[in-house]
Amino acid sequence: MAEAAAKTAPRRWSQRSIAPWLFLAPGLIMFTIYVLWPIVESVTLSFYDWNGLYDRDGNFTGRFLGMGNYRELMTDPAFTVSLWNNLKWLVLYMLALPAGLFIAIFLNQTVRGIRIYKSLFFFPFVISQVVVGLIFSWFYAPNFGLFYKLIESITGQGVAVLADPTLVTYGIIAAGLWPQIAYVMILYLTGLNNVAPDQIEAARLDGAKGWRMLWYVVLPQLRPATFIAVIVTVIGALRSFDLVSIMTNGGPFGSSRVLSYYMFEMALGEYGFRMGYGAAIAVVLFAIMMVFISGFIWKMWRDERER
Amino acid sequence: MFPRPIQKSSTAAQWIYTIALPVALLIWLFPLLGVALTSVRPASDLAQGNYFGMPSGIAWENYKFIFTQTPIGQYMINSLWVTIPTVIGAVGLSLMTGFALAVYGFRANLLVFFLFVAGNFVPFQILMVPVRDMTLNLGMYDTWYGLALFHIAFQTGFCTLFMRNFIKALPFELIEAARVEGVSEWRIFAYIVLPLMRPAIAALSVLVFTFIWNDFFWATVLTQGVDSQPITAGLSSLNGQWIAQWHLVSAGSILAALPPVVMFFLMQKHFIAGLTLGAVK
Repeated sequence: MAEAAAKTAPRRWSQRSIAPWLFLAPGLIMFTIYVLWPIVESVTLSFYDWNGLYDRDGNFTGRFLGMGNYRELMTDPAFTVSLWNNLKWLVLYMLALPAGLFIAIFLNQTVRGIRIYKSLFFFPFVISQVVVGLIFSWFYAPNFGLFYKLIESITGQGVAVLADPTLVTYGIIAAGLWPQIAYVMILYLTGLNNVAPDQIEAARLDGAKGWRMLWYVVLPQLRPATFIAVIVTVIGALRSFDLVSIMTNGGPFGSSRVLSYYMFEMALGEYGFRMGYGAAIAVVLFAIMMVFISGFIWKMWRDERER
Repeated sequence: MFPRPIQKSSTAAQWIYTIALPVALLIWLFPLLGVALTSVRPASDLAQGNYFGMPSGIAWENYKFIFTQTPIGQYMINSLWVTIPTVIGAVGLSLMTGFALAVYGFRANLLVFFLFVAGNFVPFQILMVPVRDMTLNLGMYDTWYGLALFHIAFQTGFCTLFMRNFIKALPFELIEAARVEGVSEWRIFAYIVLPLMRPAIAALSVLVFTFIWNDFFWATVLTQGVDSQPITAGLSSLNGQWIAQWHLVSAGSILAALPPVVMFFLMQKHFIAGLTLGAVK
């Protein structure tokens, strides 16, 4: 029946204007319900004080606070610590770029078995951050951890990284860099594969080599890879929840908290269900992320225009 | 090619490179190798302080122990119950959304596309409270489908970006020709575009499988008990019980890491094609 109807000629035009929306509908509806609308709800909720419960009739029990949650954030020392730590993550995570590029250049050869080497170097990215966190907890473990032993053998005094408030965040960031470097490496390997060989040869004839070749000839051609690498690294840094949760639970004394973890603690953790306050923290994180997202969208939009 | 092929360098440099490769790999994977080794180390070795020397024997009983004495098997099955429907759902939905955004030039096209792309990058925390609340209200808290539904919706963002760019790169004349022949839009999708999408479907399936298998945050927010918790959340709670029993923690970690690793090795080409999307022009 339906096919017979579709074959009649006059429907052709209208079919083409309705079809995209029918194809979009299931995905767009799901995405709106689970992603777009919750953002609006979270922003609204950030102006309320709410413990996550409803009264007997199913009514929302929140109390409107206006900017109250945000005012409280300004004077909350734990929030300041989290924000600072996020900044440390963001800055130090950028080390993944030079490190990933360095490994990519090291591996960009055609010797026997190099493909296996490339995949094995990529390994850390494939495994779960929960596992990465456990691996590094073991690595740092006081008294017998490999890192502890190493430091002990050099300085005569071991360091319990994850129990030291001044070092803990750096220890977790190092763990996070491990898979992140692997990711950046694979982006650059793909990029290096596509560098125009004639330009390299021409530059070589002109006597360019080493650093100058890298800086003036290769890096400009790797720009698309660098752009993606910056984006995924920024997002990776700001999403840092798993490692903090697995390795320290934000401790010792809350010194390794980041915004994503502090938000979770406030809304669902042992400090009780402060949904509105948690939402306000999430809005701050969202605002920071939005700066980078807009940059990304702006560039995509420009590329689309050029086509 | 950059850097200069090692074959063109001196024999000494070639030798150094041949030796440097495995040494670098060993250092790079050292923490992982240590954990793999610990996972088959007898508990008695650890008790005697033999953490890094030769194990006194290979203790497969560590694995046997976690399979028989802990619900790790159940956790892994739970993970599959969340992961497989998510792969099917997200890939299925994004085939359609990607097709719509790549083929039709309607007015809101770019706006809808950018919504998907931007949504894909938002921090999870901004979604947490409403999504958890909604899942609770729908009676889907602590179920595999409650978790899978969220993942399907969220992954659709990334998958749409991928599918749309993939379809854009296909020859548009194919579709034009079919339209001239009077083929309906649905049939163009099902019989002309879909058969060409196999590489994209393969790439996204492995990627989404890995992302979802490795997800920890949503597993903690939307599930609670042994009956529905995936392996990541399960491993985290087991870790809380096994304080300092590193042979068990290691064995659990290796098990949790195994499925994505196997997937990666089987589908390596597709996996990397998916991840490096956009890294070259």
